[in-house]
Amino acid sequence: MGHSHAPKKKGLLMDYLTTVDHKKIGILYFVAGGIFFLLGGLEALLLRIQLIVPNNTFLNGATFNEIMTMHGTTMIFLAAMPLLFGLMNAVLPLQIGARDVAFPFLNSLGFWMFFFGGVLVNCSWFLGGSPDAGWTAYPPLSVSFSGFSLDFYALGLQIAGIGTLIGGINFLATIVNMRAPGMTFMRMPLFTWTSFVTSALILFAFPAVTVGLVLLSFDRLFSANFFNVANGGNEIIWQHLFWIFGHPEVYILILPAFGVISDVISTFSKKRLFGYSSMVFATVLIGFLGFMVWAHHMFTVGMGPVANALFGISTMLIAIPTGIKIFNWLFTMWGGQIRFTTANLWAVGFIPTFVIGGMTGVMLAAPAADYQYHDTYFVVAHFHYVIVGGMVFGIFSGLYYWWPKMFGRMLNETLGKWNFWFFFIGFHLTFFPQHFLGLMGMQRRIFTFFPNQGLDFGNLISTIGAFGMTIGTIIFLINIAVTNSKPKNAPADPWDGRTLEWAVPSPPPEYNFKQTPQVRGYDALWVEKMAGNKGMIPAEPLGHIHMPSGSILPFIMSVGLFIASFGLMYEKVPVAIIGALITLFCMLLRSLIDDPGYHIDPTEEKGVEA
Amino acid sequence: MVFVFVVVMIIFTYVLVRYRKRPGQEGIPKQVEGSHTLEIIWTTIPIILLIVIAIPTVSTTFALAKNYWDDPDAIKVKVTAHQFWWEFEYPDLGVATAQDLHIPVGKKIALQISSKDVIHSFWVPALAGKMDANPGNINQFWLQADKPGVFKGKCAELCGYSHALMDFKVIAEDQAAFDKWIAGMKAAESAQAPTSNQLGQQVYAQNCLACHAIGNQGGKVGPNLTDFGNRQTIAGYLDHNADELKRWISNPDEIKAGAKVKMPAFGDKLKPEEMDALVDYLMGLKVAQ
Amino acid sequence: MSANHALHTELPAEPEKATLEGRNKILAFWFFLGGESVLFGSLFATFIALRDKANGGPTGVELFSLPLVAAATMLLLTSSLTSVMSILAMHKKNVSQMVFWLVITALLGLGFLGLEMYEFYEYVHEGHTLRSSAFGSAFYTLVGFHGAHVAFGLLWLFALLAMTGKKGLTVVTAPKYFVFSLYWHFVDLVWVFIFTVVYLMGKVGV
Repeated sequence: MGHSHAPKKKGLLMDYLTTVDHKKIGILYFVAGGIFFLLGGLEALLLRIQLIVPNNTFLNGATFNEIMTMHGTTMIFLAAMPLLFGLMNAVLPLQIGARDVAFPFLNSLGFWMFFFGGVLVNCSWFLGGSPDAGWTAYPPLSVSFSGFSLDFYALGLQIAGIGTLIGGINFLATIVNMRAPGMTFMRMPLFTWTSFVTSALILFAFPAVTVGLVLLSFDRLFSANFFNVANGGNEIIWQHLFWIFGHPEVYILILPAFGVISDVISTFSKKRLFGYSSMVFATVLIGFLGFMVWAHHMFTVGMGPVANALFGISTMLIAIPTGIKIFNWLFTMWGGQIRFTTANLWAVGFIPTFVIGGMTGVMLAAPAADYQYHDTYFVVAHFHYVIVGGMVFGIFSGLYYWWPKMFGRMLNETLGKWNFWFFFIGFHLTFFPQHFLGLMGMQRRIFTFFPNQGLDFGNLISTIGAFGMTIGTIIFLINIAVTNSKPKNAPADPWDGRTLEWAVPSPPPEYNFKQTPQVRGYDALWVEKMAGNKGMIPAEPLGHIHMPSGSILPFIMSVGLFIASFGLMYEKVPVAIIGALITLFCMLLRSLIDDPGYHIDPTEEKGVEA
Repeated sequence: MVFVFVVVMIIFTYVLVRYRKRPGQEGIPKQVEGSHTLEIIWTTIPIILLIVIAIPTVSTTFALAKNYWDDPDAIKVKVTAHQFWWEFEYPDLGVATAQDLHIPVGKKIALQISSKDVIHSFWVPALAGKMDANPGNINQFWLQADKPGVFKGKCAELCGYSHALMDFKVIAEDQAAFDKWIAGMKAAESAQAPTSNQLGQQVYAQNCLACHAIGNQGGKVGPNLTDFGNRQTIAGYLDHNADELKRWISNPDEIKAGAKVKMPAFGDKLKPEEMDALVDYLMGLKVAQ
Repeated sequence: MSANHALHTELPAEPEKATLEGRNKILAFWFFLGGESVLFGSLFATFIALRDKANGGPTGVELFSLPLVAAATMLLLTSSLTSVMSILAMHKKNVSQMVFWLVITALLGLGFLGLEMYEFYEYVHEGHTLRSSAFGSAFYTLVGFHGAHVAFGLLWLFALLAMTGKKGLTVVTAPKYFVFSLYWHFVDLVWVFIFTVVYLMGKVGV
C-alpha cells in the first residue's frame, strides 16, 4: 500500500497557503475577491466624487482614466469572478454530495494564479501608473498610445485568466463525475446547474481573450503588427476577440447569481422551485445564446446593416429565457410562506432591479437605437443594473444564506437589513439617473462634463447614491466583525433548507459527508424531511475516508509566472526564463511525485496512519 | 416595455403582500412543480412582443446604413478624427475646416469617417447616432438637420486623457448662408492675404503655418484655421475670446493633455507683444457670413 | 480510496479508467481540449484576417516550400500513429513495447520541431519576421503556438519516460500516458488545419 501520512499540524498561514480543501479555498477566494471588491469600490467612489459637479478638478483626465480602467478591470476580473468562485467552492461540492472537487490541487492552483494575476495588475499603481485605456483596452489606444502600464493589464489578466480557466474545467469535471448516487442531472439544485453552465462558458470564452491578450502583448512587447494599421494590421480583430469572450463573461457572472436567487427564493417561500425543468432549459439556452451575440457591443464599428440586424435580433432572443426565469421566481413565491430574512431581501430586491436591467438590454439590442445609447451613461446604467443589481445582489444573498454553512456563525440579521436597505436605495440613486444622463448626451468614460447641458442634477444624485452604497458595504464589514466575536454555534440547518448542504454540520468537517448520501429526488434533503427522516440515507457504510494532501506547489507555480511577467515587462530575459523554469519545475515535481494522501476515520474525527 | 414592467411589478407586489409568512402560520405550502399553461403563456407573449419590436428595428437599421456618398444631391464631408480634434473636408467643394462643421439645412450630409490615430466615435446627439472613426478604414454615415441651429458634437469612444474635451459643433444654416460660407472659405486663400495686423501675420507664418493651414496653404498637422474668427469655441469647448486663446497658445497641453501629436507651448517662445498680435490676427480670421 | 487498493491487484483491462481520479483526468482533459480548440480557432480567425497583409514583404506564395512542409507533416502524422501504438501496448500491459513506441513518437516529434526551426530560420533570412508585417505576426503566432505545443508535449513525454523507469505501469500512471496521447493527437489535428489553411491555401494564393 502506498505510504500515507497524517497531516502535520500547520500554522494558520501555512495551512491556507497549502490547502487543497474546497471550503478553505472558497474562503481564500472570498478574502481576496473581497479586498479587490473594496478596492474597486473605492475607485468607483473617487470617480463619482470627480463627477459630482461640472468642470470638477478633483481628478485630471490622466488619473481619471487610470482609476476608471482599474475600476472596471478590478470589478469584473478580480472581484466578481473570485466572489462567484468563492460561492461555488464553498457550496457546490456539498450540493452534489461530494467530498471535494475533482482536482483539489488544481483548485488551489486556480486560486493562486488568479491571486497573483490580480496582484500583478495592481502593482502598476506603484510602478509608474496603472492601465488607462478602459477595461476593454481597445487598440491602438492600448498599444502605441498608452504607456508601460498596459503590460500589467495584458500579463496580469493573462495569468488570472488561466486561473479562471483551470477553475472552470475543475467544476465541469466535478459536476459530471462526482455527484452522489441518485443525484441525476435533473435533480441538481439550480445553483449547481447555473455553475455548471457558467463553467462551460468559461471554458469556451476565456481562450478567446487569452488569444486577444497574447496578440496585445506581442504588439506591445515584441512590436508585432496585429493591430498596427500602418503595417497591415487591423485593430477591429481585438474588439471581436475581446467580445467573443466579453459577452459570455456577462452570463458567466449572472448565471450563478440566478442560481443563488432560485435556491434562496425557494427555501424562504418554503416551496419547490416553480418550473424547475424550464429553469434548467432557460439557463442552458442563455448560455448557448450568449455566444452568438458578441457583436452587439460593436454596432457602431461599421459592420454594416446585415450583421447589425442579425446580432440585434439574436440579442433580443435572450429576453425570452430571462423572462421565463423572472416569472418562475414570482410563481415560486406565489402560494408560499415568504420569510423576509436578509438573504431573501437581496433575492426579492434582485427581481425588479434585474427586470429594469433586462429591459434596457432589449432597448440596447436594437442597433438603430443603440446608435444613440452606445457608449453613453445609458449603457453604464444598464450594465450596472445587471451586474450590481443582478450579480452583486445575488452574491450578497448567497453570503447571508450560506455564511453559517461556511463559518459556523449566523450573520446579524438587523445589521443585515440595514446593509440591504442602504445598498439597495444607494444603488438605485446611483444608477437610475444615469439612464437619463445617457439619453441627454453624456458619454461614458469622460473625466468631466460641461455645465448647462442638464447633466448637473443627475450627476449629483448619482454621487450621493454612491455614498449610500458605500455605507451599506461598511455595515456589511461591521456585521462580519460583530459576527466573528460571537460563539460558533450555527445549527446545521438554520433556514429549513431543502438541498444537501444543509444535511451536514456548519461548518462541515474536512471530508464533508461522513457517508456519501443517497439522493432520492430533487431538493434531496426536503424529500427526506417529508418522508419523516432525520437526515440523508447513507449510500455507503462508515469507513476510512481518503483525503488529498496539501501542497505549496500551486503557490510557487503562480509566483513563478509572476516573476516571469516582470522579466517580460522589463525586458530582462533571464528573469523571465527563471520564472518560467520555476513553474515548469513545479509541474514536473507534481507529475513525478505521487500524492498518497491520508485517511480519516470519521468516527474518531482525526487523521490516522493508513 | 413599460407595460411589461408594470405587469411584472403588479404580480411582484401582490405576491409579496399576499404570501408573506404570517405569525403563527404553520403547515407546509403546496409543493407545485410548475404549470405548462402558464409557462407557455410567458414564453409565447415575449416572442410575439419581440417580433413586433424586431420588424421596425431591422428596417430602421437598414435605413440608417444607407450610403448617400454617390447621391448627387448630398453634401459630402470627409471627417477625420485626431487626438483631440475633428477635421472636416468637403471634397467636392474644395474646402477644409475643423471643429465647426457647417451644413445646409434639409439636405443629406454624406460622411466618410476615419481616424488619424486611435479610435474615436463621431456623435451629434441631436442629429444622428454615432459612428466610430477607425484608423485604417472608412465608415459611411449620414445625417440631416431639419432646422437651422448650432448642435453639440462629441467624441463617444475613449481616446485618451482629453476624451471628455473633444467636443465640436455642427452649424446648420439655410442654403444661402451655407453657400456664402463656402464662397468665403474659398476666397480666403492664403495666410499672406493683406491684413491690418502685419506683426501677427508674421508671427503666424513663422510659428504656426507649418501645422495650421489657412485656405489651402500650410500644413495639415493641426486644425485648419481659415475661419478661426468665426468659430464658436476655442479648442472645441473654451469660450471664444482673446484671453482663452492666449491661454491656449501659451500651453495647450495643460488644457487638453495627453495628445500624442502635441502642439508646442508658445508661452515662453513669444514675446508678449508678439502673443497679443498673434491673438489679434487669429481673432480677425473671418470669412463673410 | 480505490486507487490504493487497486495497486495490489491485476491491472484491469483499461487501467487508465480504473480509478475515479483517472476518469476525472481524462474527462477534464477532453474539456481542456475543447478550450484549446477555441484558442486555436481564434488564432486561425486572426490569421485568415491578416494572411494577405504582407505589407510589401514576402508573401506565402513566395515563401512556402511545400516539400519541406510535407516532410514535417509526414513526421507528425506518423508520430500520432506511433502514440496510438503505445496506448495499444499499454492496454496489452506490455510496458517495454509501450516505451518503444513512445520513444519513436518523441524522435518523430523532435524531427518535426527541427524542420520547423529550420523553416523559421530560412524565413527570417528572407525578411519574413514577426515584425515585418501583419502577415508575419499572424504566421509566427499561429504556427509558433503550435510549435510551442509540440515542444511542451516533448518535455512532457520525456518526463513520462523518466517516470516509467521508476514506477512502471499502474492505475496511477496509466491515465498519464492516455492523456498525453490525447494531447498529442490534438496537436497533430491542429497541424492538419495549419497545413491546409496556412501552407496549401497560402501557396496557391486563394
